[in-house]
Amino acid sequence: MATFKYHLLICGGTGCKASDSDGIITSLNKEIKEKGLENDVKVVTTGCFGFCEKGPIVKVLPDNTFYTQVTPGDAAEIIQEHIIKGRKVERLLYTDPETENHIADSKHMGFYQKQIRIALRNCGFIDPENLDEAISRDAYMALGKALTEMTPQEVIDEIKKSGLRGRGGGGFPTGLKWEFASKNEADQKYVVCNADEGDPGAFMDRSILEGDPHTVLEAMAICGYTMGADKGLIYIRAEYPLAIKRLKIAIDQAREYGLLGKNILGTDFNFDIELRYGAGAFVCGEETALIHSMEGERGEPTFKPPFPAESGYNGKPTNVNNVETFASVPVILLKGADWFSSIGTEKSKGTKVFALAGKINNVGLIEVPMGTTLREVIFEIGGGIKDGKKFKAVQTGGPSGGCLTEKHLDTPIDFDNLIAEGSMMGSGGMIVMDEDDCMVSVAKFYLDFTVEESCGKCTPCRIGNKRLYEILDKITKGEGTMEDLDNLKNLSNVIKDTALCGLGQTSPNPVLSTLDNFWDEYVAHVTDKKCPAGACTDLMNYNIIEENCVGCTACARACPVNCITGERKMPHHIDQAACIKCGTCMEKCKFNAIELI
Amino acid sequence: MANIKLTIDNKVVEVPAGTTILEAARQNNIHIPTLCYMNLGDMNIENKPGGCRVCVVEVEGRKNLAPSCATNVAEGMVVKTNTVRVLNARATVVELILSDHPADCLICAKNGNCELQTLAQDLGIRKISYQGEQSTYREDTSPSIIRDVDKCIMCRRCETMCNDVQTVGALSAINRGFEAVVATAFEQNLEKSTCTYCGQCVAVCPTGALTEVDHTQQLIRDLADPNKTVVVQTAPAVRAALGEEFGNEPGTLVTGKMAAALRRLGFDHVFDTDFAADLTIMEEGTELLGRLNKFLAGDKNVPLPILTSCCPAWVNFFEHNFPEMRDIPSTARSPQQMFGAIAKTYFADKIGVNRKELVVVSIMPCLAKKYECQRDEFSVDNDPDVNYSISTRELAHLIKQSNMDFNNLPDEDFDNPLGESTGAAVIFGTTGGVIEAATRTAYEVQTGKNLENVDFEQLRGFEGIRSATIDFDGTPINIGIAHGLGNARKLLESIKDGSNKFHAIEIMACPGGCIGGGGQPLHHGDSSILKARMKAIYSEDENKTLRKSHENPYIKSLYEEFLGEPLSEKAHHLLHTHYFDKSKNDIFID
Repeated sequence: MATFKYHLLICGGTGCKASDSDGIITSLNKEIKEKGLENDVKVVTTGCFGFCEKGPIVKVLPDNTFYTQVTPGDAAEIIQEHIIKGRKVERLLYTDPETENHIADSKHMGFYQKQIRIALRNCGFIDPENLDEAISRDAYMALGKALTEMTPQEVIDEIKKSGLRGRGGGGFPTGLKWEFASKNEADQKYVVCNADEGDPGAFMDRSILEGDPHTVLEAMAICGYTMGADKGLIYIRAEYPLAIKRLKIAIDQAREYGLLGKNILGTDFNFDIELRYGAGAFVCGEETALIHSMEGERGEPTFKPPFPAESGYNGKPTNVNNVETFASVPVILLKGADWFSSIGTEKSKGTKVFALAGKINNVGLIEVPMGTTLREVIFEIGGGIKDGKKFKAVQTGGPSGGCLTEKHLDTPIDFDNLIAEGSMMGSGGMIVMDEDDCMVSVAKFYLDFTVEESCGKCTPCRIGNKRLYEILDKITKGEGTMEDLDNLKNLSNVIKDTALCGLGQTSPNPVLSTLDNFWDEYVAHVTDKKCPAGACTDLMNYNIIEENCVGCTACARACPVNCITGERKMPHHIDQAACIKCGTCMEKCKFNAIELI
Repeated sequence: MANIKLTIDNKVVEVPAGTTILEAARQNNIHIPTLCYMNLGDMNIENKPGGCRVCVVEVEGRKNLAPSCATNVAEGMVVKTNTVRVLNARATVVELILSDHPADCLICAKNGNCELQTLAQDLGIRKISYQGEQSTYREDTSPSIIRDVDKCIMCRRCETMCNDVQTVGALSAINRGFEAVVATAFEQNLEKSTCTYCGQCVAVCPTGALTEVDHTQQLIRDLADPNKTVVVQTAPAVRAALGEEFGNEPGTLVTGKMAAALRRLGFDHVFDTDFAADLTIMEEGTELLGRLNKFLAGDKNVPLPILTSCCPAWVNFFEHNFPEMRDIPSTARSPQQMFGAIAKTYFADKIGVNRKELVVVSIMPCLAKKYECQRDEFSVDNDPDVNYSISTRELAHLIKQSNMDFNNLPDEDFDNPLGESTGAAVIFGTTGGVIEAATRTAYEVQTGKNLENVDFEQLRGFEGIRSATIDFDGTPINIGIAHGLGNARKLLESIKDGSNKFHAIEIMACPGGCIGGGGQPLHHGDSSILKARMKAIYSEDENKTLRKSHENPYIKSLYEEFLGEPLSEKAHHLLHTHYFDKSKNDIFID
């Protein structure tokens, strides 16, 4: 086996691929060949490193140098300087925003310092299309241990003891769920992996599947062993082509190595996995809707009970877990439940992956121990708010979650605390908002999403959410009344109280949490007809400041509706009745003579 | 099963485990309102998608409200059905439905018979706090059924009937969110779907989203036209249900009052489809015996079992779904069409009226009949044998419009010659009736013996699929019966795979047979109403002096004067038909 002096790890996740990480790989390989370094340097495509803000990332091993925002044009310099001359390419290193020092090793970056990576442990370290690399990092060891050293009940007990709770949003204890499924006798049972990640801006599951597909396959097999299922199904949205491709490769490789299929590892345990594609309906993340969709039925939730553990796919006992939940399982069996439960809070053990997005400096994928505070996540890992603006709110739990504010920043993140504060963990979307974000518009944005994604089965979700959206729309247009605010509250509470599934029961959360935390902002829209954040254009007017206006006519010429008039070299005037508030005039003005009030 | 003790509205009640909160409450006289829920208990038909959320209740210890229709009771459960929280939620949910529902109640076909309207009234809704966009869809009119989809409230009852009960699969939920609605595939017209026009969707629709095509205006015009002779025929099941529209108990027979009302409406001749039912037995019975005797004589190629063909929805069903078996059903036309053919030939000649000036109207418990009479093969020179068909419900409206005090009308008889019938014809109106009627005649014809006891109890009942063996004087004849097209499908599959060997099979498309037809007064999911109608049908039969079709004197003279004998050339021409392969028509995209 060839031994390389250097390994160049390059992120091959969807985000970095979009920034031409493939081009970097091609350029690097070309340089390596030209310099005759084929036997010394190996380029490895890995999964997501997490630090998407600074992608594409190139990491050089063994010295752990972490190059950020690399382009194909940088390849020659990296090879020439770093590999041949042994000098780091300073300009590609990460600059600490506070000290302005270059940091070469990711271990020392604020973004990584507070993270503990369990579910993401192999992402960014291995080539996800190479089973040997996964095995070198203990893939399928836990399956081997379970099959040869443990009874199914012992595995379930270990998972129960670890305190692992469902990472898809519900937070149900995973071990208990497995136990229910194991206790229901049937001629056929199924293990289903829910990879129907649908929160806007979330990419936790996609990154795991793209970066470390084997860990999910392994955990599904372990689950199959505990419940007596020989068939696994991964329900994945068709919009995840790269994850699908890597899963297919991983399944083929695992079959080839005898890690899936008949008599796994020489035992009498059989288990195989197939993919099922979803069309990207958010509601199909709900497990009963997901099962109906897999059966070829309309993707609609039905009541529980019966729970899938009793009657799931094709009416057979079925255990459905989310990708991240599965990804946490093998390491629990290898390192032990005590190790896992030593991380986290009293009722929420282990770590949680979040997709950090919005008005934050370090957009990316992070994994932190349960109990980390929102402040640590946003200001230390996330590097604070973009452009030095003021933090206003953070939305956790995706469209079903709520907006938390300054006063919640020191809340340790876990399942129960977030619910107590009026939000939820959800699957791990985390969107940060600054002073320029209007909270009524934010609530409207999320409602727009749930209205679109409701299956339409139950009245409160089908019509109620639509009406919530319409009231919010009215308010952002300055047409709201105080009665609307009462209606908003009553309707939100009724929807929460009466909707059939989790989607509807949580869809008013963005409304309720913003009503709670930003009541004054709603009132300003309604009574003063003002948007304090300056985001609702219907409530704003473009105005020409006469003393600044030099009469250059640039604005008048650019106005698409010709609503600006004035003599050359004389102050101009905007006809407010005709203005469509497109903002073009403000963009064109070079004299700061146009304001938005 | 063990009993469960729980408290509902401070009342301790005990019910069997597995009971829902809704049922437990109803058994204890606590009536939780429902909307989407439907339960035709005896027929095993249940619709509980839990979609409307009207039946929500508070369950102690549960964080959100529970849909009582779909939540089972548990030991020690404390349920409250009328707290402020529940009442507010329930009213809000109904307000939401109303906010996306056309407010044309006063001119809606379902006005006064709409479950949503009743619910809004019961809950005291006086304003709709949540106004907004209303859904708009295309209206779709087929020969039998009108879909006004704007009025769909997604209760999914029609879907349950169409898919689970009838296995027709013409209607199901499409689109998502606010746009979600029950419709045909690709939102095509019903005419382009596999719809059989059985009308069970119409029968269960709580609002005006699914209604029948209304022919009453046309009828009023024809009745007023001095140049037209208008005759009417009424199907057997109508007389067992029409009374309900006038406040009578289900199962009240109103045969005489109906005849009186029809005469007062201005029909020139008030006839009875039952006459044609007796005629059907003559033709179909003879066809059955012909095939049977060939079979018994050793001809194994003879198509058996013979299937009844009275039901137009059933005919549509096998034309769509089992076209390869279309040589098996009897070629006999349905009683409605036999009547039309005889009325426009034999009777028209008798009274010296040109068939084009003779308007034949049928009163049917059925919506598929509206389609059937429009089929090309049932008209001569573009003049249909039956001009149009109106439903039991339409007749009731017409009687009300005509200011008649229906309940105080005298009992009158049908006119002759097409108004006389036997008890065998009456029972056509219920599941098992056609085959029982056929058996009465076939037995006597085949054995040459007098049938003492004409009541074949073994053929009666409510079970979806039934079978019985009748002893034809030493020859056992195996009979199968199915009602509901889903049951028909099962029975047909069992014939196809050879697991069932029947000589004759009766199929009716609607659960319960014609008494539960899509044109009958709405039973709103109460199966005891269907049972009462069935009982009424059998009592009408029992009270008849003549109870075997071949004993009908007017049938005898029809053959003597006009047709010759059953299956004669003339009979073939007028009283038999052929079937089409419609499976290829099931293409949804133009």
